[in-house]
Amino acid sequence: MESQQNIKKKNYSLRLERISQSLRLIFSSKIAIIGLSMFVFWVVLGIVSIFWTPYEPNATQFAQNLTPNATNWLGTDHLGRDILSRLMTGTQVILLKTRLPGIGVIPGGVALWGVFGSLLLGTVLGLNAGYRGGWTDQVIMQFLDALIAFPVIVLYLVVISALGRGDLVVILAITVTGAPGVARLARSLALDIRTRDYIRAAETRGESPWYIMFKEILPNVSSPLLVDGMLRVGYAIFAIGTLGFLGIGLPPPDPDWGNMVNEARRNIFSNQLAVIWPALSISTLVIGLNLFADGLNEEINRFQK
Amino acid sequence: MTNPTKTLRKNPPVLKLENVSVAYKVRGGEVEAVQDVSFEIGRGEAIGIVGESGCGKSTLAWAVVNFLGRNGYVKRGSIHFQGQNLVNQGRESLQRLRGDKIAMVYQDPMKALNPSMKIGEQMKEVLTVHQKMEEAEAIERCVKMLQRVYMPDPMNVLKRYSHQLSGGQQQRVVIAMSLLNNPALLIMDEPTTALDVTVEATVLDLIDELRRELDTAIMYISHNLGVVSRVCSRVAVMYAGKLVEWAEVENIFRSPKHPYTQGLIRAIPKLGEDKLGSQLYPIPGRVPAPNRRPDGCVFHPRCDYVQGICRDKKPALRDVGDGIMVRCHFAELIDPSEWEPPDAVEIKPEGLKSEIGNDAALLNAVNLKTYYQVQGSSLKDLLGLNPKRYVRAVEDASLEVVPGRTLGIVGESGCGKSTLIKTIIGLEQSTAGSIKFKGLDISSSLADRSEAVMKEIQMVFQNPDSTMNPAYTVGQQIARPMIKFGVVPKNEVRQAVINLLGNMRMGENYYDRLPNQLSGGEKQRVGIARALATYPDLVLCDEPVSALDVSVQAAILNLLLKVQRKYGTTMLFIAHDLSVVRYFCDEIIVMYLGQMMEKGQAEQIYAPPYHPYTEALLSAVPVIDPGSHQKRIRLEGNVPSAINPPSGCRFHTRCPRRKLLPNGGKICEEQLPPWQDMGDGHQIFCHLPEETLCAFEPVFTVKEG
Repeated sequence: MESQQNIKKKNYSLRLERISQSLRLIFSSKIAIIGLSMFVFWVVLGIVSIFWTPYEPNATQFAQNLTPNATNWLGTDHLGRDILSRLMTGTQVILLKTRLPGIGVIPGGVALWGVFGSLLLGTVLGLNAGYRGGWTDQVIMQFLDALIAFPVIVLYLVVISALGRGDLVVILAITVTGAPGVARLARSLALDIRTRDYIRAAETRGESPWYIMFKEILPNVSSPLLVDGMLRVGYAIFAIGTLGFLGIGLPPPDPDWGNMVNEARRNIFSNQLAVIWPALSISTLVIGLNLFADGLNEEINRFQK
Repeated sequence: MTNPTKTLRKNPPVLKLENVSVAYKVRGGEVEAVQDVSFEIGRGEAIGIVGESGCGKSTLAWAVVNFLGRNGYVKRGSIHFQGQNLVNQGRESLQRLRGDKIAMVYQDPMKALNPSMKIGEQMKEVLTVHQKMEEAEAIERCVKMLQRVYMPDPMNVLKRYSHQLSGGQQQRVVIAMSLLNNPALLIMDEPTTALDVTVEATVLDLIDELRRELDTAIMYISHNLGVVSRVCSRVAVMYAGKLVEWAEVENIFRSPKHPYTQGLIRAIPKLGEDKLGSQLYPIPGRVPAPNRRPDGCVFHPRCDYVQGICRDKKPALRDVGDGIMVRCHFAELIDPSEWEPPDAVEIKPEGLKSEIGNDAALLNAVNLKTYYQVQGSSLKDLLGLNPKRYVRAVEDASLEVVPGRTLGIVGESGCGKSTLIKTIIGLEQSTAGSIKFKGLDISSSLADRSEAVMKEIQMVFQNPDSTMNPAYTVGQQIARPMIKFGVVPKNEVRQAVINLLGNMRMGENYYDRLPNQLSGGEKQRVGIARALATYPDLVLCDEPVSALDVSVQAAILNLLLKVQRKYGTTMLFIAHDLSVVRYFCDEIIVMYLGQMMEKGQAEQIYAPPYHPYTEALLSAVPVIDPGSHQKRIRLEGNVPSAINPPSGCRFHTRCPRRKLLPNGGKICEEQLPPWQDMGDGHQIFCHLPEETLCAFEPVFTVKEG
């Protein structure tokens, strides 16, 4: 009994040690810390906005196109809505919640679910292509190359016009456009790992291909995939912004940053700031994620050398 | 005592190292990889630097050419090259020196040559850049130098790319290139480690000859004592960054003074010794990491003669006469002949060898063939118009293994030994022939084999770094096959794993360790434990000790013997080191280019009658026994391509004994030789008549006096 408990305790402390090791990895890179704080800033703002915003984001209670002042810190838009409140609420759909018609709201923003989807789909396809090789590889990769050959924006338009607007559709669009890139990465990593002797060992004890792909290969390729995923969250936020700007992004009532840019654009000569604030929000969030992913990648690679 | 060294002493040394310490800056401080190394090399002298990996041999070489990378620097001491101190020299002058007077040859010739440039351009560059030589003159020099290193058809070689040359030829080109500027000092870092024995032998001959004729000083780094003894006159033994012994080659092997040197020599199987008559003694423990070196003598935790003073006081390098320098407090008092093995190592020969012949064969392969299809790149190939071409990796292999015995397979790289065992275990699909395991046909692919067969055949791999999945702990990896095949009930798996680890001389605390926390030898032990987890009848070992240091190699071999005795496991054992195979195996098969050349009991293979190829292999093995004489046979040319193997006997293109046959051995080109029975199961695949084969002199003879 005691020894069992001891072992459990030991496992627990081992796990703690591993976590603290990865934390140390993040904190040894300045770039990663800067990126992480930019990202955390938006996450915190988003969480706060769930409980409190300065004003109701969709209420037209102020004068139109106000410049920043004591009541409206970032000014108001063309309908007299408080920009700060709208920006804060806008974080939610991107990072914190997804609205599914008929089911309700689930945690995790559209960008995160979209990237999760592309990681999942891309990894499954990439590992199969890389590990099995031969015809499977040919078929999967030719198909994905064909997908990459389409301009991304056209793909978005196709998916959305076919399925209509909605959070789920945006997630699907991000998944489909992101998967080929993830698959290429997963394939190249799997091509390397499959030559290792421990894969031979698994084959000689008759493990199934799925076991080898997901239990033997995946744990060893997960860190580059996760770093890539982080970069992809940035791209996904861009994509959401683009779709919003085109007016086919996330549906109302929640404010959408891309849509905010689009609407404020018409008054750009009288009120430039209404364009700049949401644009700045998108770019800081994306840059933050990129910096974090870059810093982390650098540290992981240095660690390996 | 010897005159040559005396006369050398009169000249100033080419290279003189005094108390050199080299440090690397790392995260959170710095580590001293090399500490207080002093020695000198005279003109025309070759000194060897030996030691296990991680002892600072390469760092020392890099320090001389100031190639330590951004985080390394010479911390203390001086390096004098032709009277000039190299430490703290400016980049410019060093670069000139490196190009003009110091040359370096690395382990892997593939990496030293630029794959996108023709050999001629690369060699020419050395002369045109460093000496501003005219183009035509430079080419002439290159051709001369290539002839100097016995490169056939040098003009043609200049027009080729590096991938069009074989490994041995590439290394010759690299050596020729390094000699172009007539360097005063040549540093060679494991130049033959990546080469086959027969190629290694010719390259070593070449190095020795060049040293004598060109009067170049050579600093030769190697982990292989046999190689060093062949080319060097003096040897520096390094351990954990320190020079522990410095003596002439003869002295090092006849009467090693430092306990570490003695341990190294005891750990290597002498050619001709076997597991029944002798015993390997590994050095306990492992080389400490540079930042964890113990106080006092660095070797004391692993030393059999340790006393109180060793733990407290660092010994100095002292002269003990005969030009021998030793870093040990008790060098004079230690007599290696009185050494007794510590209790921890015991392998008794009893029970190792079961009776021959009575049991039915466990594994039986008949006329096994494994071909790979070659993908051509021309349009015709893509459309399938060209006839399909195959690499004939294994041709007509027949073998039989009796339970409890070990079958060794030797041969140079590319001879098909790995493919053969991969075919047996099912990782490669056989093209023709049959494999029977316990009477069951298993020539089908792995996917069609039953679990019961898979469980009984397991494999141990060569590369310790890739044998374990870095994502799982030791325990999980050994437990997996047990759970998969249901060898033990689920709740007893942990205990079974711990028992198995105990058999591998690893404690319970290894259960939760990740592979990156283990040394190479420990990883290999886990690899063996994983193969044994299902208690298989047959274990295939693909060069399990080739990537390990000698002391670790001895420990792993002992472990495998213990396993075999305990579980009665049958083994197929591949190695390119002939001494190891002789020591470890009961029966041996010699392969060349996919074809079996000779098979028989181990002692039959290593004594006449020989197959001509076996004879050449044996005479190429670097041995460290100064008391015996080795016949000198060198193979010419390269191993032909297995896509288009020579007709008749595949060895006929290189066979040195062919001319003994009438008509210059025409029959060898035309007909497959017969399997000639030499009695007692010893078979030779050769046209030469039995009497001729029996008349071959033994490769090793004891020197008179």
